[in-house]
Amino acid sequence: MIKGELFLKGYKSILKPDSPAIALACCFVAIGALLKNVGFNIQESIFSTMLIYALPGSLVMAESILIGASLLSIFIAVWFVNARLYPMAVSLFPLMMDESQPKWKYYLSCHFIAVSAWLIMKSNYEKVEKKDRVDFWIGIGTATWSVSILATALGFYLADYLNKDMLMGLAILNPIYFTCMMVGAMKTLQITLSVILGAILGPVFYFFSPEWSILLGGLIAGTIAYLIGEKNVN
Amino acid sequence: MSISVLLSIIVTSLATYLSRFLGVISSIKIKETSKIFRWFNCLAYATLAALIARTIIFPVGALSDASYLSRLIVVLFSLGIFFITKKNFVYPTIFSAISMSVVNNFF
Repeated sequence: MIKGELFLKGYKSILKPDSPAIALACCFVAIGALLKNVGFNIQESIFSTMLIYALPGSLVMAESILIGASLLSIFIAVWFVNARLYPMAVSLFPLMMDESQPKWKYYLSCHFIAVSAWLIMKSNYEKVEKKDRVDFWIGIGTATWSVSILATALGFYLADYLNKDMLMGLAILNPIYFTCMMVGAMKTLQITLSVILGAILGPVFYFFSPEWSILLGGLIAGTIAYLIGEKNVN
Repeated sequence: MSISVLLSIIVTSLATYLSRFLGVISSIKIKETSKIFRWFNCLAYATLAALIARTIIFPVGALSDASYLSRLIVVLFSLGIFFITKKNFVYPTIFSAISMSVVNNFF
């Protein structure tokens, strides 16, 4: 089963002074308010964050419902916008795969892959033994997930009191927090180039294809950064 | 819950979980010291940077009402505060929310 000590250690990582809890909560407050304006009730709003737990996906779903899109087009649009979760999983789970751990932990806990939990794990995994990392990860994921659910409910009830300027302030908070975290993570040549090239190519590709811009920008920027980094090491 | 909203939530969650699940399946065969792991690490950071840059430059939702200039000012000042405060994440984040609410009324 899950080791309580490791789980708590992971869970407590959001209580640190520089934790993403505030940024994450503010973002989901905005999502809660948005879902109420789209016509969701409180149960639907909470249920959507529990099951989806990915901001861009929730935004796409809300927009798709507003324009009356079909379920198939919602599936494809969300799959596209959340496809970034695939490389995020592949760059995280090999760090915690261990023979002694049951597979169900990995299959269930992959639901917690989101930018905040991913960045916390990336900067803390070395402090935990490999065989225990998945329990630590489940603690981090449960913490960020529960903050998101509570914040969605809060946002739903605050929707009537939030004006346009306040929503704008809440909306910028998350990208700024993640920008700072990404800049803070630029410690090797490969990661530094990945972040800088990704930030340039993502918006550039938007002019050619808004749907493909993140995936194409990420793929090309990441590959260039990888090749330059490998050549530099060799 | 209305059926259409419920179905939309389920479909969205399945589409989201699919990428996460496929990532775990692929991870079983990948060693953390391998070249492919390092490549995927670069892809993950680059994709996130692309997503964040796009969110700021071509936003959807509430942020799309803010002007380019106001967004640029807030991002630059927030990054400045990040470096001045020795890479503290909280000060620039709180500053960005307050300044965005205020700055947009002037630019």
